[in-house]
Amino acid sequence: MATTSQADHPARLRPWEHKNFWPVVALAAILGINLALFPQKFLFLREGRLYGTLSEVLQQGSTVMVLAVGMTLVIATAGIDLSVGSVMAICGAVAALLLTRTALPLGGVVVVALAVGACAGLWNGVLVAFLGLQPIVATLILLVAGRGVAQLLTSGQIITFKHPAFKFIGTGHLLGLPFPVYLVVIVAGATILATRLTVAGLYVEAVGNNERASRLAGLRPGLVKSLVYGFSGLCAAVSGLIETSYISAADINKCGEYIELDAILAVVIGGTPFTGGRANIVGSVIGAAIMQALSTTIQMLDVPAAYTLVVKALAVVAVCSLGSEKFRRAMRRLVPARAS
Amino acid sequence: MPRISQKHIPLLSTIGVFLLLYAIASLRYDRFFTVRVFLNFFRDNSFLGIIAVGMTFVILSGGIDLSVGSVLALTTVVAALLIERLGVHPALAVVAVLVMGTAIGFAMGCVIHHVGIAPFIVTLAGLFFARGLALVLCDGSITIDNPIYRAVTAWKIPIGRTGLPLTALTFLAVLVVGIYVSVYTSFGRNVYAIGGNEEAAMLMGVPIGKTKIGGYTLSGFCSALAGVIYTLYGSSGDPRAGVGLELDAIASVVVGGTLLSGGVGYVFGTLIGVLIFGVIQTAITFENLNSWWTRVAIGLLLLLFILLQRLFARPRLRANA
Repeated sequence: MATTSQADHPARLRPWEHKNFWPVVALAAILGINLALFPQKFLFLREGRLYGTLSEVLQQGSTVMVLAVGMTLVIATAGIDLSVGSVMAICGAVAALLLTRTALPLGGVVVVALAVGACAGLWNGVLVAFLGLQPIVATLILLVAGRGVAQLLTSGQIITFKHPAFKFIGTGHLLGLPFPVYLVVIVAGATILATRLTVAGLYVEAVGNNERASRLAGLRPGLVKSLVYGFSGLCAAVSGLIETSYISAADINKCGEYIELDAILAVVIGGTPFTGGRANIVGSVIGAAIMQALSTTIQMLDVPAAYTLVVKALAVVAVCSLGSEKFRRAMRRLVPARAS
Repeated sequence: MPRISQKHIPLLSTIGVFLLLYAIASLRYDRFFTVRVFLNFFRDNSFLGIIAVGMTFVILSGGIDLSVGSVLALTTVVAALLIERLGVHPALAVVAVLVMGTAIGFAMGCVIHHVGIAPFIVTLAGLFFARGLALVLCDGSITIDNPIYRAVTAWKIPIGRTGLPLTALTFLAVLVVGIYVSVYTSFGRNVYAIGGNEEAAMLMGVPIGKTKIGGYTLSGFCSALAGVIYTLYGSSGDPRAGVGLELDAIASVVVGGTLLSGGVGYVFGTLIGVLIFGVIQTAITFENLNSWWTRVAIGLLLLLFILLQRLFARPRLRANA
């Protein structure tokens, strides 16, 4: 692979050669534009809590950030998880049903919802790893059927509820920061520690790099893949809880609609390649923040929200073009021609 | 008796499942086994069917097109705006939107081939782009109230007490052309060749770029045509039309026996896939069930078929691994 050049000379790495340099620059640029345009709205303290654009980006981007963590690992095994939006809807519905119809304490509700998400993810994993389905197809099935299942659970109704403790998950503040930010830090932090300090990260990247070689080396790729998809389901459950708590309702049609696209794009922008074998979790979280910063800035400029979609589409093609070897080679051929 | 080739098994099992489902539904419900219900499969699923034919080519070539539902929505909006707001003649408006859809498909194909980004990502961006553009152009649905449109919508070929409207006929025409192109033209053969093994096809001198871009262009054209049919079917342009249609189309293609890994499948199978979709949808209406059961049933059917395919395709895929 062409990617080994960085690993061969870690000492000579210049700052702009760091893998997260460009995503951070992009995020800083978008936030910088925002700060320049709306300086008084950017960040302020009210009643000991941080409000403003930056806080909003972190709070509203939290669902995609959490999803992107799970998605990064899935993509690192050369897979994809399209079902996260539907899993969010299922978990949100389960939580709302348990809160309104049973006397289960909040902890129990959260545990059950997380377990449901993990099981949904494991189902994907089993289809991919042991039945040999292509990841796009395996997770497409749950994407198509999952929202139907969620709809059947709630009989097609939007379940609203009043539960101050549950509402804290999505809207609460802790030490001035929105609570979902802590969830992102916990999920991303735990994942980074698990993949860097234990052998788990090596396993995931090995399976993504060359499944056959990893099997010959004594790994069990099937087990690794199943667990990775299960983890992605768990992340989707966390996102589903945040979203459901944020609006104090389980809205099956809207919850997590098209969010799989945002999560995948966040991972791509963050620099995890689709070919598998590498996972850049920090990059993915930054990628998710970029997406949210873009949306928030566009909204603040009073541009109709529909433009966000167009801008996102163009941004993604631009970012992917920069990352494409073929495109870089073509550009390199162009540049000297112009200079002469 | 000709030996049943292994490559025909997915298609034959698809036809078997369709006949089985159709027979069960016909026995279970009164008035299911009628010409009207059968013709409605074609009428109600005409835009899905047209898109699925285009999708078949893309999947056969080893790619995927997620933008189809959004391109359909954009087409309906542009057509409605041209006719209603700008007073363009409907025929001209139809030609304009067909060119637009084809151009979008062509552009995505070019980015996929020349820039080298995964089809999945490019068409995902296409999905965002077209949906966003449709919503930018118009926030709500626009009714098309045009005498020529009304005449075209009302016209049908009478069959018994009902008939085949233009929407269904277009679907059938696209299907016939699709089958012809896939079997009898060099483009069709090239699509199979690069889907089967791109490297081998390139070494044999198959024009990879032209064929790939051609597939996405065709899919873009089909999506736009489906959009035109949608405006005829619903007499309106709607920026929120066709949400999730890409999944239904992919499901139809896969249930129709086309392998998602590319290179294996038939356009005719896609027709059966769309018909199975129609049977399930109609049966669920007859059963008075929540329409969300359709999604669950389609999901399960998709799973069943892919597992069947795995069973039959296993030796081939193992050789590739």
